Amino acid sequence: MREISVNEIIETVKRLCIEANCILNDDVYNALECSKCKETSPVGKEILCQLTKNADIAKSENMPICQDTGMAIIFVEMGQEVHISDGSLTDAINEGVRRGYTEGYLRKSVVSDPFIRVNTKDNTPAVIHYDIVQGDKIKITVAPKGFGSENMSRVYMLKPSDGIEGAKKAILETVKEAGPNPCPPMVVGVGCGGNFEMSAYLAKKALLRKIGSHSDKPHIREMEEELLEKMNNLGIGPQGLGGNTTVLGVNIETYPTHIAGMPIAINISCHVTRHAEATI
Amino acid sequence: MTINLKTPLTREKAENLKAGDIVSLTGTIYTSRDAAHKRMIEEYEKTGKFPFDMKDAIIYYAGPSPAKPGQVIGSAGPTTSGRMDTYAPFMIEKGETGMIGKGARNENVIKAMKEHKAVYFGATGGAGALIASHIKECELIAYEDLGAEAVYKLYVEDFPLVVIIDSEGNNLYETEKLKYSK
Repeated sequence: MREISVNEIIETVKRLCIEANCILNDDVYNALECSKCKETSPVGKEILCQLTKNADIAKSENMPICQDTGMAIIFVEMGQEVHISDGSLTDAINEGVRRGYTEGYLRKSVVSDPFIRVNTKDNTPAVIHYDIVQGDKIKITVAPKGFGSENMSRVYMLKPSDGIEGAKKAILETVKEAGPNPCPPMVVGVGCGGNFEMSAYLAKKALLRKIGSHSDKPHIREMEEELLEKMNNLGIGPQGLGGNTTVLGVNIETYPTHIAGMPIAINISCHVTRHAEATI
Repeated sequence: MTINLKTPLTREKAENLKAGDIVSLTGTIYTSRDAAHKRMIEEYEKTGKFPFDMKDAIIYYAGPSPAKPGQVIGSAGPTTSGRMDTYAPFMIEKGETGMIGKGARNENVIKAMKEHKAVYFGATGGAGALIASHIKECELIAYEDLGAEAVYKLYVEDFPLVVIIDSEGNNLYETEKLKYSK
């Protein structure tokens, strides 16, 4: 067994929270740059210029790209030969979030109860997904998620007879309905299969994939490409002000499912699709 | 062409703005999100007062991130306006002439805007760092306990905006989409 102290986890999570919120990943930045050339709407082009300028300011000033620094979504791939010492792993992750959001001057956007809405003042608790894998390392990914886009996400429990066309229709409809609300250009994460909660988990996980990357499965790759084109033909454009840059990327993940079902989850993300990762 | 607009936003000024106009705003505006709107209305019903003068006021739907030492404000982009649709007609009726946010509004808001001559501006969502550079003063004026959702009085200079819905109900989100859809 390899020993990893919670202190190392705390420091890593803290650093990743700040990094993810202040530095836009290259794939998203480059996708915004590329769309400037393709965008035909003058207002749309101007918005795209504002977005890269904004990312530049955030990076140089080490300030959040967007004020909605999100709920902290944490993916942990835990090697089964790792032993966590000096405390609880979950507590350590939350302590890292607490320090990152406080010391990094990030916005605290979490309330302690969905109905009695009192701010927890330190952005905890995080939403944590654990996965046990082989090896003696821990990979931690911090993916802060704002709710302007989260609120436009959907889960559909489709029937097998709806087929791939039914799935495409549901995905496209979700983007159409989202319209200007989720700060387009969006990134669209889709989870197909599994069950109710697995589809939603896959949709979230799909957002971690690089923009421009594609599924290894030919029929899914084809679906990603077709949907991207159709979404950019909706006319929504940057910030919903019209144009052909509505979506920067469509990432689809799949999982085996039940003979009676075809769950499809669509997790909408904005042009500030953030994640930072580290392996200990 | 960019229209240089100064606060207060009188009804006359509001009526002259048309959907699609690019505006550079200078002056005093107030931040408020759903929690603050809810509380302002509850308070008004008890006391007959708002934390600031609502006549000809512009409300910015925003919850900034905290300022670092030496900064006026942290990142300060707009939040999704639809969440304030429940409260906006009341504010418009009480004198609010401008709203700044992002995303669609419902029919009740547009009806109130047409009736009382108010304007809905869009700021660039997710451009919080860029917008912060246009905010020159920031003062907390109410509901500190709400944290990021408190009411702040801001002084902005050349804040870049687009008129999304004008006082006649013309809606840029509806018209522009059609031009670019295939």
